Amino acid sequence: MNIVVLVKQVPDSGADRNLRNDDNTVDRGSANNVINEMDEYAIEEALKIKEAHGGEVTILTMGPDRATESIRKALSMGPDKAVHVVDDALHGSCAVATSKVLAAALGQLNADLVICGAESTDGRVQVMPHMIAERLGVAALTGARKLTVDGGTLTVERQTEEGYEVVTASTPAVVSVWDTINEPRYPSFKGIMAAKKKPVQTLSLADLGVAPTEVGFDGATSAVVEHSKRPPRSGGAKITDEGEGGVKLVEFLATEKFV
Amino acid sequence: MSEVLVVVEATKEFGVKKVTLEMLTLARELGTPSAVVLGGAGAAEALSGKLGEYGAEKIYAAEGDEIDGYLVAPKATVLAELVQRVQPAAVLLASAQEGKEIAARLAVKLDNGILTDVVGLDADGTATQVAFAGSTIVKSKVTKGLPLVTVRPNSVTPSPAAATPAIEQLTVSVTDTDKLAKVVERVAEQKGSRPELTEAGVVVSGGRGVGNADNFKLVEELADLLGGAVGASRAAVDSGFYPHQFQVGQTGKTVSPQLYVALGISGAIQHRAGMQTSKTIVAVNKDGEAPIFELADFGVVGDLFKIVPQAAEEIRKRK
Repeated sequence: MNIVVLVKQVPDSGADRNLRNDDNTVDRGSANNVINEMDEYAIEEALKIKEAHGGEVTILTMGPDRATESIRKALSMGPDKAVHVVDDALHGSCAVATSKVLAAALGQLNADLVICGAESTDGRVQVMPHMIAERLGVAALTGARKLTVDGGTLTVERQTEEGYEVVTASTPAVVSVWDTINEPRYPSFKGIMAAKKKPVQTLSLADLGVAPTEVGFDGATSAVVEHSKRPPRSGGAKITDEGEGGVKLVEFLATEKFV
Repeated sequence: MSEVLVVVEATKEFGVKKVTLEMLTLARELGTPSAVVLGGAGAAEALSGKLGEYGAEKIYAAEGDEIDGYLVAPKATVLAELVQRVQPAAVLLASAQEGKEIAARLAVKLDNGILTDVVGLDADGTATQVAFAGSTIVKSKVTKGLPLVTVRPNSVTPSPAAATPAIEQLTVSVTDTDKLAKVVERVAEQKGSRPELTEAGVVVSGGRGVGNADNFKLVEELADLLGGAVGASRAAVDSGFYPHQFQVGQTGKTVSPQLYVALGISGAIQHRAGMQTSKTIVAVNKDGEAPIFELADFGVVGDLFKIVPQAAEEIRKRK
């Protein structure tokens, strides 16, 4: 099975993150950039399917030059190769334009199965799998906590507000996964060394047949008008329980009219 | 005034979710709200009373297995046709899994911008979003097409405005491509009478400090006394104390209740990402240096196994 895993480089969600003041995009320059955590689960799932059914795993990333670090990190887990869509004109692209570029790249990769994380930790927008599936005219099985592959039939269990759903589709398809689906492996030393030699193909917008005016700020379908830091919360009263902590807590709730 | 389409979020038992009432309230600021019901057979009829109470002047309905038996693609197709026909001033959906997914497909179909996790919307279409774990406030606009917006639950206070909506059944013309992802089974899990996590006015969450799954009864008891939902930190979920669908945080649900009670939760950034826009935060933790206290309006340093039962007892006394 030919599997493509979408990997996004994001600013570390454990550190301070900002939007740039000059153009309102995510500040990636000063951030500690890492693989979007959820994508590691997507890579793990792809590797498990390859181990069970054979095939090839390709990483697909759209991002600036520096995303190479995340691509190598992804490859060190075990995928075979990577494709990096990189083009200065992509800076400032909205989700709609991003899906256009990724769909164009996927069109060249002939994937049976596209796996991605359910959301990225920077935008948390959660729209990419369905946008890509809509463009490619294939099924999207999103939010998987369990994925079963039986020949060309995919079965996904996905969490809903009321319980869970079992959903099936035939390949080709897009599947997005939550972090409940597996436990991603750590790259081995051998894997890290091997990743340095794995092929990483770069594609420009011209290679994909997408005009620069369709992406970036020119092609954006939405815009950030302004942004500001939310004033940090300041802690209020803190007491140490000396036997009356529970009562005091309820007294506070009562003054706030919760009881 | 032009129509504003509100895509209704409801339970399978035809209960209108609170976020729908919030969207109807928001929609009235932008134009005339029309509710769009995309669901099982009979949904629109069952939901119409409540939708009318909150100002829906009209209800568009597309119902049945053709719509409901597949993941969102048929719903997006029906909605796209409707948008092209009525040319609404805006389209509002819930910022939950399905709402975002329908909106995603609609954006591509119409080549239209999309804004998700919106907590406020001005009459000129400027949306307010909260980004980066609640640390940043963003104002943004759709610059191509109409405002296509997903609204985060608990963003506005629903206010009623009576209307008597007529139901218009839409002709469903979904394609084979829309039917590629088939729902073969829907399994309801025990939920009890607690409100849904993202919509609840009160959330009581437990963390690693709760110790084990059995002890989560304490968390549930306090939640029930306060009429709230139960949440859990990632540490508690990863340890198997509580199911994943109740996880609050960066890789779980984002909640913004009136009251958030954190029990035995240290307050790692992973957790804060999902709850720090809560109006009032109360924390109980044995470690006085835990970062959760930096957020808490009221914190108690001590043993939650003593403090929580005492608090529960005190609430019962006052009732």
